[in-house]
Amino acid sequence: MPGRRRSAWLAQALTLAAVLALAGLLAATTAGHLQERGIRSGFDFLLEPAGFALGESLLPFEPGDSTLRAFAAGLLNTLRVALPAAALALLIGIAAGFGRLADNPLLRGLATAFVTGVRNLPLLLHLLAWYFILTDLLPPGDAPLNPLPGVFLSKSGLALPWWGETGFEVPEPAGFGFEGGANLTPEYLALLIGLSIYSAAYIAETLRGAVQALPPGQRLSALALGMSARQTFLLVLLPQAWRAALPPVTSQLLNLLKNASLAVAIGYPDLVSVAGTSLNQTGRALECLSIVVAVYLALSLVAAAISHRLEARLFREQGQ
Amino acid sequence: MSPALRLLAATAALTLAPLPALAGKTLDAIKSRGQLACGVSTGVIGFSAADSQGQWKGLDVDVCKAIAAAVLGDPNKVRWVPLSSQQRFTALQSGEVDILSRNTTWSLTRDAGQGLHFAGVTYYDGQGFLVAKKTKVSSAKQLKNAEVCVQSGTTTEKNLSDFARSQGIKIKPVVFDKFEASLKAFFSGRCQAYTTDASALAFIRAKEAPNPDDYLVLPELISKEPLGPAVRRGDDEWFAIVKWTVNALIEAEELGITQARVDSLKSSADPSVQRFLGVGEDLGKNLGLDRDWAGRAIKAVGNYGEIFNRNLGADSPLKLPRGLNAQWNKGGILYAQPLR
Repeated sequence: MPGRRRSAWLAQALTLAAVLALAGLLAATTAGHLQERGIRSGFDFLLEPAGFALGESLLPFEPGDSTLRAFAAGLLNTLRVALPAAALALLIGIAAGFGRLADNPLLRGLATAFVTGVRNLPLLLHLLAWYFILTDLLPPGDAPLNPLPGVFLSKSGLALPWWGETGFEVPEPAGFGFEGGANLTPEYLALLIGLSIYSAAYIAETLRGAVQALPPGQRLSALALGMSARQTFLLVLLPQAWRAALPPVTSQLLNLLKNASLAVAIGYPDLVSVAGTSLNQTGRALECLSIVVAVYLALSLVAAAISHRLEARLFREQGQ
Repeated sequence: MSPALRLLAATAALTLAPLPALAGKTLDAIKSRGQLACGVSTGVIGFSAADSQGQWKGLDVDVCKAIAAAVLGDPNKVRWVPLSSQQRFTALQSGEVDILSRNTTWSLTRDAGQGLHFAGVTYYDGQGFLVAKKTKVSSAKQLKNAEVCVQSGTTTEKNLSDFARSQGIKIKPVVFDKFEASLKAFFSGRCQAYTTDASALAFIRAKEAPNPDDYLVLPELISKEPLGPAVRRGDDEWFAIVKWTVNALIEAEELGITQARVDSLKSSADPSVQRFLGVGEDLGKNLGLDRDWAGRAIKAVGNYGEIFNRNLGADSPLKLPRGLNAQWNKGGILYAQPLR
């Protein structure tokens, strides 16, 4: 029925036009209001020197560099903590999920205590607790723990041998702190630990639910074939449960990425921290916030697209 | 700007859109509301902080009380709006507050670029450093490679980086969004130094340090921080009222008009005092106020010297010296434009 199809298209096009018109109207109104009140607006500030330093950054960053570069450094800092935290969360989550289903009452009890304890406290509390544990308990930078040659652990963080500008470097004490190698600050470590443990508790529960939803025969037959509990979980149950667990686990990992924005509470210079500082230096509130919104939206959409592909592949494989 | 961003920016601005134009009408709005909306900090002792009874106290608070007394005849007709440093300018721009009296530094970008007018300077501050004595640092120039704890959302981060660049040294900022967290990190030894305005450092050392004698405020001030109240652009009448109330507080100290003596001084023979108190000449009508406006402000909170002593100086826990904030004829740089 081409007539009906055409009218459906027309309705969609009209809706789209209305939404765009509304957006244009809002943008124009906002710009008008800002100008009326003598408030400078626009994104030109991104190319001007930032004027502030960042405590740590993967991307080399000096105060004379542009604000745009500061945002890029902040984004890289967010990913630098979120990606390893996601991997750790998956590993810990799988282990805790296995523990929750174990026959051994001690293991089951420990896993249950872990999940209950972690899930029922707000993430901000986790982060602050980890941070102050690290900064309170570790020795000062001039008397670091030296558990392995070239590895120093102190309030200034974890200094490790790593590849630097001059090849492989071993950190050496220099003034306050260390020079050479890699340095993981207490802010980074606390965020990494807090985020991965918090998300792991949710992932463990998701996996437990997905495994328990499988027909009980799966587990019993695997055990009857002489497989160990661990083999049963990893080789038989988890691959099947994965299909149901993938969407909620992905959204948990997405949450982890967004939760990384709590970094500023414990002094880690992530994207939101950089945006907050830029906002205050330049006064461009709407601009700075819209950049953060756009970046998080883009990251989440990319992650969702990847997860979608994984799901589609999983269904195809299992459908065959 | 992509359409997606434009939409986001515009959506975020929805809150701004329905506000009426306010130009020229601030005073009328305050009178019909019967309240002055005053933007203050979320808690900086000495400037603006709520005490255990929930009463707001401080130098910035007294400025708002003086204005409420001058405009509405009652220093208690104020609605206090606590604002974070990131909210403060938006709150003023959007009309949520009539005046921002929140230890805010007067700078070119803020004055010219953010739709504000600063009405004067109520405290000349500067940024300094607090260090633990055991670090053996006695000058800010020795902070090479040091990590410095900072609270975000102020001019502090930029000053710190400017200082490091001018000295050719590297300083790593550790930036927190909450004051408490930044202090906790510093006192746990995470950073070798803490930086903020010197007035706040004195308070932090005296009140927050586990043992004040273990800590030292370094002698260098690395920036100029003139703090003062700001109003929205586009209402010159309101701007004038705030500006001249600030001037009146400072002028009253120079003229010797105190809270206790303000009534008896109405019979003073000094023409400057007479003019100030509206005896004979009526200065208030230039501002759209009555002749007793300045006298009411002093009666409510006292002159600048009394406000300073009560909140920051000898009679306060901070015990800050007057320093730059003494009158121009007493070794400071406070100089009120004459009320005549």
